[in-house]
Amino acid sequence: MSETIIKREEQEFLEEEICVAENLVYSRPKTLTDLDLHYCPGCGHGVVHRLMMEVIEELDIQEKTIGVAPVGCSVFAYQYMDVDMQEAAHGRATAVATGIKRVLPDRIVFTYQGDGDLAAIGTAETLHTCNRGESIVIIFINNAIYGMTSGQMAPTTVPGMVTTTSPYGRDVKLTGYPLKITELVAQLPGTYFVTRQAVNNPSNVRKAKKAIRKAFEYVQLNRGTCFVEIVSNCPSNWKMTPVEANKYVEEVLIPFYPLGDIKVPQEESK
Amino acid sequence: MGELRLMKGNEALAEAAIRSGCDAYFGYPITPQSEVLEYLAREVPKRENINMVVLQAESEIASINMIYGAAGAGKRAMTSSSSPGISLMQEGLSYIAAAELPCLVVNVNRGGPGLGTIQPAQSDYFQATKGGGHGDYKLIVLAPSSVQEMADFVRLGFDLADKYRNPVMILTDGAIGQMIEKVELFEQQPTSGTIPKPWATTGKTKDRERNIITSLHIDPKEMEKINLRLQAKYREIEEKEVRYELFKTEDADYILTGYGLSARICKKVVEIGREKGYKLGLIRPITLFPFPKKLFADIATRIKGILDVELNAGQMVEDVKLSVDGRVRVEFYGRMGGIIPTPEEVLEYFENTFLKGD
Repeated sequence: MSETIIKREEQEFLEEEICVAENLVYSRPKTLTDLDLHYCPGCGHGVVHRLMMEVIEELDIQEKTIGVAPVGCSVFAYQYMDVDMQEAAHGRATAVATGIKRVLPDRIVFTYQGDGDLAAIGTAETLHTCNRGESIVIIFINNAIYGMTSGQMAPTTVPGMVTTTSPYGRDVKLTGYPLKITELVAQLPGTYFVTRQAVNNPSNVRKAKKAIRKAFEYVQLNRGTCFVEIVSNCPSNWKMTPVEANKYVEEVLIPFYPLGDIKVPQEESK
Repeated sequence: MGELRLMKGNEALAEAAIRSGCDAYFGYPITPQSEVLEYLAREVPKRENINMVVLQAESEIASINMIYGAAGAGKRAMTSSSSPGISLMQEGLSYIAAAELPCLVVNVNRGGPGLGTIQPAQSDYFQATKGGGHGDYKLIVLAPSSVQEMADFVRLGFDLADKYRNPVMILTDGAIGQMIEKVELFEQQPTSGTIPKPWATTGKTKDRERNIITSLHIDPKEMEKINLRLQAKYREIEEKEVRYELFKTEDADYILTGYGLSARICKKVVEIGREKGYKLGLIRPITLFPFPKKLFADIATRIKGILDVELNAGQMVEDVKLSVDGRVRVEFYGRMGGIIPTPEEVLEYFENTFLKGD
């Protein structure tokens, strides 16, 4: 397209009635604080934070939502999410959330956890919380690496993937296999909604938002745990540009961690 | 007068939890304290107007973190365990102390180290009073020596926890937990404490900023400030909350000291020793933190010696020595691994070993 054509299209676009100020400004949800995110350029955390806070704003549940932040890159999640929050010890977020939900059963409680937090050091808490059917939302960010400690192998690091503690590629004979914990929790009677999404392209971001919204709607029925895995990226520790990282998500991670709903409420599946 | 009952220490403690308006108990079975969870699981559903949460967790690690969540939500929360389980809770206790969450943790001490024995011991004194987990923090530590105190210290513990926004530990042992004695129970409290908790995470309403419960402060200047605030709080607790019992100390030449079960033994030693003509007295620290330092420092100048008796290798004796600061001779008698000495054995040590050092 030549520049003149672009200019003409822009002109036509701006003349349409839809181009009023409020539609042009891509604004921050009021449930997200005005701080600059500390995340690296291209990181999926910021996208997921935004999606969650959009959902909390749209459902108008800010006043009754309490979040639990993990240890990992998103340890500071509570600085960005404008809801009451507790910072848990590494791996213990779902136990902390259990404590909150049990004493405040009419509140909406969520945890936000990375793969090391949820699927390595916190595996026992994760499985037992889901197995008890605690009616909380668990947002599980799987980027197959330890981000905060600079790129060590995670429980979800895929075979052959290079990390600082698997420098020749993950050898499953030596380190065991990646843990597909989302498929595992879907087997438990306590989970109500289990899904795996990604945020590597606009289409997946939209689907992820729908899934997060469903989780926050379903959890209010108090029928069990709503578990949303988000396959994310880590450009810095993968030593890739953000574009390369999102391509890696598409070409390597998603084939290993297929997207879609794994367990949906029976009412809906009928 | 309150209701009189014949009860096991652990059960009196559990009943007192209900009556203190405890909102949530999370625990994991371990001998010799499983009666606490059993009693609550059995009794709470029977009580009208009691909405206490009683939940068996998958581990002590989960229990203490459930306490973190419930206490952070502004509720009265407690857990109980015994030595190996309390070790598993140390990480959580450090976070709770750092985030300044009020809660009650009970350690019914059994013999260690390792898996040890299920018999009573006092070998967790250091762990309870010197922090236990990582970082500079203190628990308020109460040491009951009777079933009555097992009940009374639950309410006291919750009140102190709320007052100072600090975790409180009841440090007892398998004997006090298992023994059956008469206990006078206090009335059911109508609420779970009267101290407001505006800091609690209950949901951000429009009239306030969001509440955050955290122990993370990356900026060292900020972290130092918080440490200084915590230390100032611990000094205030040392000033205001020291509790102890004195027995025949007025005319004593020699002081026996011990806490909990060993203090019960020492009380008998004082009696049989006095029959033999020894002017013995007993100091029983009730708060192990704050330790009655000043009391020991003051008495040191007017006595001939202190014999510290514990069911361990000598732990509280270090605090006694620090308190008297060399002004008087301090010796230690202890048994380990679940052995409880008789008063006669302690007196024999006093006569045949301690006195010879004079």
